[in-house]
Amino acid sequence: MIASSSHTNLPDSQRVVITGIGLTSPNGNSPAEYRAALLSGRSGVRPYEIRYFGATLAGVCDFDALRYQSKKDIRRGTRAGSVAIYCANEAIKDSGLDWKNFDRSTVGIYLGVTEHGNVETENEIFLIKGYDYDTAFWSHHHNPRTVANNPAGEVALNMGITGPHYTLGAACAAGNAGLIQGAQMLRLGDCDLALAGGVSESIHTFGIFAGFNSQGALAKHAEPAKASRPFDLQRNGIVVAEGGCVFILERLEDAKRRQARIYGELAGYAINTDATDFVLPNPERQAQCVELALRRAGLAPEQIDIVSTHATGTDSGDIQECTALRKVFGHSTRTNFNNTKSFIGHAMGAAGALELAGNLPAFDDGVCHPTINVDELDPACELPGLVLNQPREIGRTQYILNNSFGMLGINSVAIIKKFSV
Amino acid sequence: MSPAEIREEIVDILSDITPDDDLGALDDGKPFREQLALDSMDFLDIVMELRKRHRVQIPEEDYGQLASMASTVTYLTPKMVDCVRK
Repeated sequence: MIASSSHTNLPDSQRVVITGIGLTSPNGNSPAEYRAALLSGRSGVRPYEIRYFGATLAGVCDFDALRYQSKKDIRRGTRAGSVAIYCANEAIKDSGLDWKNFDRSTVGIYLGVTEHGNVETENEIFLIKGYDYDTAFWSHHHNPRTVANNPAGEVALNMGITGPHYTLGAACAAGNAGLIQGAQMLRLGDCDLALAGGVSESIHTFGIFAGFNSQGALAKHAEPAKASRPFDLQRNGIVVAEGGCVFILERLEDAKRRQARIYGELAGYAINTDATDFVLPNPERQAQCVELALRRAGLAPEQIDIVSTHATGTDSGDIQECTALRKVFGHSTRTNFNNTKSFIGHAMGAAGALELAGNLPAFDDGVCHPTINVDELDPACELPGLVLNQPREIGRTQYILNNSFGMLGINSVAIIKKFSV
Repeated sequence: MSPAEIREEIVDILSDITPDDDLGALDDGKPFREQLALDSMDFLDIVMELRKRHRVQIPEEDYGQLASMASTVTYLTPKMVDCVRK
């Protein structure tokens, strides 16, 4: 556990910093493109069609998979694997590490996923339907594609990484969970460099659309870009998205030694559990999770400049999170709240990592990107510092708190501090 | 299917399995593995595709017959004599 005193009291060997970012989002395939989209109000949600379910909306990525994979690799692997490989390679490139000469047995890969295997299983069942469900036609690729570690394992294969690799199944809290796991492994000395974050291929499974639709939680709107609208009175559900974000994490001593560019320092984190419902969030537990992360970081709520909310655009989920945030940040006049899903939809296992990546540039530009599509704020979602529809100049930004919650009541919070020597 | 048609069919299957390789320069007498980036899972893809396209069953003990284009065509000719290339 992180010491309850300020993280800056820790030795540099226990302080973990972000030194590289690679991502693909429905509205950008690099941190710069993505940030520009978030500041200009550009959505990544578009019309989408998937077998059985038909026409719907989704956040769709258009990264160049062939940049780091052969056609054969793409055919052999999964979409989640391709997303992860793209992000991991981009992150390494961004970090400025001497990758060619880096000891890859000391690298760990920790990627959050909401689900994995549904896409391939649905594909195989669809395929054998054409053979009267004769399982002799079931692909021998099914198991390596659907094992839960697949996206992280594909990164390891692609990049020749021989340290530990695995995924973290943490529903929609997974992006933060990947980040946290990476930091923990660095602190334990289990690796010297962590590729940590989350990925989503969820738009390629009809089941997730059908499931949310049956739950009454799938967004619909005549204008795709207006469909994802957390906090708005007319919100009607989730826009499913694909995407990924991988952070390069290093111990501060290593980052300093190689004079790396440091995007921010992990100041605190927490993961806890509602233990109350399969689906409905529990604002009391969410508040406890935020408070635990703040306590571990040695921070008061009033010190947080930006809270990147998890809100997905569902009626009850948004209200529950705002209730939790009001409880913790009720007295803070400094804190701004925003929401990235309003631009890109819900990128599931990637959401937490992508949403954090979209906010990190605030350390440099002093701007909090908005929550778009709030035409009429739901009074039940009112928070004093909500940044609505237009970016807000907030000036010096020291701390960003990133919420990411998921089904079965998993809550995760990460706090990132602007790094200063 | 004639031996020439079987060869065409195998080239077509290989073009899906190993899309980055140049199949135009394939030497029929040499093992596939010496010329193409194929592993055991890829050979299973050949077996699966033949099963899907033509219902041809290749028992595991015969997989060695698929080592080169020439041996594959020789092995498949009696099995695919009644098959039609689609």
